[in-house]
Amino acid sequence: MTPAPVWKNPIVRWIDYRLPVFSFIHHQLVDYPTPRNLSYWWNFGSLSGIVLVIMVMTGIVLAMSYTPHVDHAFDSVERIMRDVNYGWLIRYVHMNGASAFFVCVYIHLFRGLYYGSYKAPREILWIVGIVILLTMMATAFMGYVLPWGQMSFWAATVITNLFSAIPLIGEPIVAWLWGGFSIDNPTLNRFFALHYLLPFVILGLVFVHLWALHIHKSNNPVGVETKSAREEIPFHPYYTIKDLFGLGVLLFFFLCFVFFAPNMFVEPDNYIPANPLVTPAHIVPEWYLMPFYAILRAITFDIWFIPAKLIGVIAMFSSIVILMLLPWLDTSPVRSARYRPIYKQVYWIFFADCLVLGYIGASPPEGWYIPIGQIATAYYFGHFLIVMPLLGIFERPLPVPESITAAMGMPKEAGR
Amino acid sequence: MIRFGLVLAAALGLGVTLSAEASEAPKAPAQAWPFNGPLGTYDRNDLRRGLTVYRNVCASCHSLHLVSYRHLAGVGFTEEEIKTIAAAVEVEDGPNDQGEKFSRAGRPADRFKSPFANPQAARAANNGAFPPDLSVITKARKGGPDYLYGLLTGYKNPPAGFKVLEGMNYNEYFPGHQIAMPAPLNEGGVEYPDGTKSTVQQMAHDVTTFLSWASEPEMEERKRMGLKVLMVIFVLTALLYGLKRQIWAALH
Amino acid sequence: MSDTTAHAAGHGDDATTRRDFLLYATSSVGAIGVGLSVWPLVDSMNPAADVRALASTEVDLSPIQVGQTITVVWRGKPVFIRHRTADEIKAAGAVNPEDLVDPQLDAVRAAKPEWLIVVGVCTHLGCVPLGYAPSQPKGDFGGWFCPCHGSHYDTSGRIRKGPAPKNLAVPPIVFNGTTVKIG
Repeated sequence: MTPAPVWKNPIVRWIDYRLPVFSFIHHQLVDYPTPRNLSYWWNFGSLSGIVLVIMVMTGIVLAMSYTPHVDHAFDSVERIMRDVNYGWLIRYVHMNGASAFFVCVYIHLFRGLYYGSYKAPREILWIVGIVILLTMMATAFMGYVLPWGQMSFWAATVITNLFSAIPLIGEPIVAWLWGGFSIDNPTLNRFFALHYLLPFVILGLVFVHLWALHIHKSNNPVGVETKSAREEIPFHPYYTIKDLFGLGVLLFFFLCFVFFAPNMFVEPDNYIPANPLVTPAHIVPEWYLMPFYAILRAITFDIWFIPAKLIGVIAMFSSIVILMLLPWLDTSPVRSARYRPIYKQVYWIFFADCLVLGYIGASPPEGWYIPIGQIATAYYFGHFLIVMPLLGIFERPLPVPESITAAMGMPKEAGR
Repeated sequence: MIRFGLVLAAALGLGVTLSAEASEAPKAPAQAWPFNGPLGTYDRNDLRRGLTVYRNVCASCHSLHLVSYRHLAGVGFTEEEIKTIAAAVEVEDGPNDQGEKFSRAGRPADRFKSPFANPQAARAANNGAFPPDLSVITKARKGGPDYLYGLLTGYKNPPAGFKVLEGMNYNEYFPGHQIAMPAPLNEGGVEYPDGTKSTVQQMAHDVTTFLSWASEPEMEERKRMGLKVLMVIFVLTALLYGLKRQIWAALH
Repeated sequence: MSDTTAHAAGHGDDATTRRDFLLYATSSVGAIGVGLSVWPLVDSMNPAADVRALASTEVDLSPIQVGQTITVVWRGKPVFIRHRTADEIKAAGAVNPEDLVDPQLDAVRAAKPEWLIVVGVCTHLGCVPLGYAPSQPKGDFGGWFCPCHGSHYDTSGRIRKGPAPKNLAVPPIVFNGTTVKIG
């Protein structure tokens, strides 16, 4: 690590001597050594962070005009759309921002899968990332409930009812979650409180995620650690400008949705006020939860004495938890899929499997959709529990370059 | 990894087609609405006629409780016109100093008056069927304005062998084809102040335009702002790309 | 930033100038963009359209007796309507505006002398002054007295003694027969 610069401004120097915030920023954001060969797929971590900030900012001002009461929630959201200054803009940014957040995070996650970013010594970094994903899902789900439309109400009903699968204490737990005997005002109130709280938990987790990242630094497309200073470039200006450019591209596409197709990801049913007496024909979660919803519904049979409902719930949670075990399930010593010819194929099959699960999650549970969903679910777990461990043993990797510079075809010790 | 992106784009496209999946009724044919597309706006004459249709036909059963009379100013109604429209209804207000409710003429700040005091009264007056509020109706139905237009013009004689239940009506585009609402629009059913002939198609077109506006009153401002914002982002992104190239050029 | 980039690029003056231009252009557009995108968040906290629309209140004056003060709510704030006695009108008119903290003629504040209509919020720190009910102290000048920090207002609602910097505000009013529209 290069030494901190000598601060010229006396006030900065005075503060930095007592609380070295400026040196900290300098080391972690300016000087921070980064592999020089990161591709644009590495943009999505910082992009996710920026979307999180946008979500928190819009969320705070929305909360100022929102009323978490069953009689007023729906109307207060429409009041935001009609009467609050720029309310429609802020709400549409927040609403579509959830989708943008998951797009960025999923690309970020699949990038990690492809380049083996979860392998030693980055296991904790990876696990914290999965915990962030879980927290995001909880936050997104509770946010979806707040407008108190038909989908809000019935999604809340279905998801909270999952906990009734827990043996013996299931029913009391559900009543505890609801604060009553059905989804009602107490439920909406607590969901609002938690929806406001959890993003700050995510911010904390992001800090831990970055902390872990900055210990062993970024992985890279070659998958071998940087070996010399000339394989590294300072984060600023190289990656600050690259991230900002990426942000511009993301915002362009994101705002196309916000301004010209703001309701594309919304079920029309959610513009019908919640009605506890009528269930919509198809209850579907938001697109980013569909693969997990498909896994939940794939289990239609009891195993021994365990009821199907409980197994479904266990399978759904396991499908995320299993990602945390990936650093140990993947037995290959090679990180990057570039040098793993079979894993490269397997990766895309797994990716396709996730898409199939998403498709099934959006379809009604009938006919061929059921067995397809079951096969896709079985493959999902098979990928982690069978394919990944065996692949590390039987796959013959291509020769891995000894360094990033070698992979880039740069002469061994020449300067720039 | 580029392939990855393509597949992902395809996946997103897939999700979109999925959510548009049809229910049992056929999809209402798309109409060429003037408010379609990134530059589309509500036709002011359509809106005015649509308001006439809503007030004379729909308002006897369907509320519009999220819209206020003053909102009409956003689509070119003058303050005087709005006052006149609002004053045409009696609104219950109060309690006054004696603790009693009283009725007064509507004001621009009032919401559109609901025909029934509560959902129970609405049901009781309509053979148990609840006429939904129309404030966000085009956002709340698959197909939006096209569906609404299709529904309003979709009353037909049932095909041979189709049994329509007592008190129900056959409609081509309503899911299940049986709708409690009788055909609301009849040739010449309203008299347009501008002299336009009130055919069923004309009235359906106008009232759909009006209700689309009621659902998305922000649409025109949204699209206008969107074009400006996207242009700025485009320029900014191009500049950032140039700067990125320049900064990175030194590395190669 | 420009130090680092100059070091990184470092090919003569032309390149430096061009890059600097690009840097400044990008930073300016970016700064304007950030500024413009923060404005909606700030503006959303301003009064919303429905709040602005409810800005007027109509009051029937006929039941108010001479010497009586009533309180009505306008924009969420109390408004005092006082049917002034002849003595009160005389006292208010007799003051030389030059002597006041906030010089104003009574004729300007009360277009119809028998009706004084003022916003019942002390101009010091926003408390509601006493003097709107018969049992309450009216202060040294027969108008209102703010118990929070001891401001005294006269029968025209003007500040006469105490920390308040301004007279009680007169809302926009329109008389229409026996009713008055505030706002």
